[in-house]
Amino acid sequence: MSATPDPTPAPKRNLLQTLEIDVRLLGMVAAFVIICLIFNILTDGRFLTARNVFNLTIQTVSVAIMATGMVFVIVTRHIDLAVGALLATCSAVMAMTQTLYLPEFLGLPLGHPLVPWIAIAVGLFVGTTLGAVQGYLVGYLAIPAFIVTLGGLLIWRNVGWYMTSGATIGPLDPTFMKFGGINGTLGETWSWIFGAVATLVACWAMWSARKNKVVHGFPVKPIGAEYAMMALVGAGIMGFIWVLNSYQIPAARLKRMFAARGEEMPEGFSAAYGLPISVLLLIAIAIAMTLVARKTRLGRYIFATGGNPDAAELSGINTRMLTVKIFAIMGALCAISAVVASARLTNHSNDIGTLDELRVIAAAVIGGTALSGGLGTIHGAILGALIMQSLQSGMAMVGVDAPLQNIVVGSVLVAAVLIDIIFRKRAGLK
Amino acid sequence: MSTPIVELKNISISFGGVRAVDNVSLDVEPGQVVGLLGHNGAGKSTLIKILSGAYQKDSGEIWIDGQKADIRSPRDARHHNIETIYQTLALADNLDAPSNLFLGRELTNAFGFVDDAQMEAETRKIMARLNPNFKKLKEPVSALSGGQRQSVAIARAVYFNAKILIMDEPTAALGVHETKMVADLIHELKSQGLAIILISHDTREMMELCDVVSVMKNGQMVGTERVEDVTEDEILSMIILGKKTPDAKAS
Ligand SMILES: Nc1ncnc2c1ncn2[C@@H]1O[C@H](COP(=O)(O)OP(=O)(O)OP(=O)(O)O)[C@@H](O)[C@H]1O
Ligand SMILES: [Mg+2]
Repeated sequence: MSATPDPTPAPKRNLLQTLEIDVRLLGMVAAFVIICLIFNILTDGRFLTARNVFNLTIQTVSVAIMATGMVFVIVTRHIDLAVGALLATCSAVMAMTQTLYLPEFLGLPLGHPLVPWIAIAVGLFVGTTLGAVQGYLVGYLAIPAFIVTLGGLLIWRNVGWYMTSGATIGPLDPTFMKFGGINGTLGETWSWIFGAVATLVACWAMWSARKNKVVHGFPVKPIGAEYAMMALVGAGIMGFIWVLNSYQIPAARLKRMFAARGEEMPEGFSAAYGLPISVLLLIAIAIAMTLVARKTRLGRYIFATGGNPDAAELSGINTRMLTVKIFAIMGALCAISAVVASARLTNHSNDIGTLDELRVIAAAVIGGTALSGGLGTIHGAILGALIMQSLQSGMAMVGVDAPLQNIVVGSVLVAAVLIDIIFRKRAGLK
Repeated sequence: MSTPIVELKNISISFGGVRAVDNVSLDVEPGQVVGLLGHNGAGKSTLIKILSGAYQKDSGEIWIDGQKADIRSPRDARHHNIETIYQTLALADNLDAPSNLFLGRELTNAFGFVDDAQMEAETRKIMARLNPNFKKLKEPVSALSGGQRQSVAIARAVYFNAKILIMDEPTAALGVHETKMVADLIHELKSQGLAIILISHDTREMMELCDVVSVMKNGQMVGTERVEDVTEDEILSMIILGKKTPDAKAS
């Protein structure tokens, strides 16, 4: 024994611990960066152009939105195989509402200011309700989620088909289509403003978290590390905005936009797309879902139930109702994804969302959600979706054959889980 | 003798064909520690799980504070101020100690968000009383030792000012020092007027801690005795043979 025992020996901390960075997240970011760099080399710099980054971003949104909900589903040891089909049903309902039901029965023509909002409200209602019904079958009637949603996959895909007789329905309402990506962007100025505000909010959040720790006398990281993190986050946000803002709207398209307003385009006029509204939507959902996961009772119960369902039940948590809520949230997110997906395509097509269930589950799993339950993060799932989409578009740009693309994506999914298992063993978790 | 706060009357429950608890009655008074003894599989845990709302009895009645109580879920039991330390501990392994301690009863701030800092501070306070060596407040409880996990389960049961405390083998994984602290805690809670049901296989410990011991065998109640009226050997005989005096009449 030493002569002067130290009651609280300061544990050795490496750089990552000092910055309180999640090693797993860092690994995923690194993997993502490497994928981007490799494709950029293989495509002679075409992969990391502003145009491609923009496209990649809007292509990811629909799957990423659903992946955030899939985290909750998988964390509670369930699965949802019906998300792609539910998306199709919601999309069909919204398309029919805009183009048929509202004009025919309520006399509201396409383009009326109320039409998109009524359609979205109807879609959200349908998605949430159908999700809740699936949750009821799983939670209260104890049918395994795998079976309920496998049935749901067949049912909802074909309900959508039946409603529309398999026809493509479009064009959709112009305001509605703004949620799709390219047809609805903030423009340069507002994108910069959004970036600045987002940076300030992020810094404020980090600062108040630190203050809260100080109040309770908990250890905090060095103030320098705090500033470094803020700088990093700020640079990330503003860098992203800068890239999106450097994607110029093609002159021909600009001319058409001016013509539509009955004006002549001034000589030498140029404008950038900026931040798509769909991405804004994804950011809002990501923040909301993260808050739910970390800061609400609902989120706490979701993770507790995933960790030990019996303990959750014995602690007085109504795990059956919890299951209904989780699947209802999943259904609502399917409806929101349906807005984004159909708006991006500018119509509802019969095969919309096909195989999305697999992409969504893969995104959540690559993002670190454990199928054994209790573990998973919202930002991980979104990053997972981004990695999947980058692989897919990157390979398409390089000219890899379609079958080979799927073979690669499938292998990556299995490899990601394997790496995760090895990593967790090393880290002494589970 | 004061009136019992808990009265279990003729409780029975079967799993498939097995009568795990067979027509068992048990009373506990405020400020009284009742020890429940019996061999493995005697039905002790099953009996207390009926009181804690984890299982539904097939027949019998539960009376709390002189009124018939309808306990159908752990939530109902909590409403009657019944807290339970389960033999299996019932912890969510992926969550840290404060989250487990407040599971189902999280402290929230003005916005309705869970207040992790406040819960951690409270956990620190109660752990200082129960197990001063306990420092791992940020790790998931899967990273804790058996005894540390048990401390978390005990803290959860005593934090919320229970009136009725059920402890199913609370010291099974604890070291000598920690066991002593739990014994002190039981004395303190008893003097505050809590009614405690304690399950343990350690007969000597039970003789020291309890006012009354009840012995179960094969789902049935063998008998209930005040500790000053019995010897340890007599208790052992009740556990093993199902009667108080071995061969007393024969020899
Ligand atoms: N959920 C269940 N399903 C089926 N049988 C059960 C269940 N719970 C308990 N039993 C049975 O009921 C009987 C009593 O079990 P119980 O757990 O109450 O015993 P115990 O007295 O607590 O034993 P121990 O000292 O080993 O903890 C056993 O035969 C057990 O197999
Ligand atoms: Mg037991």
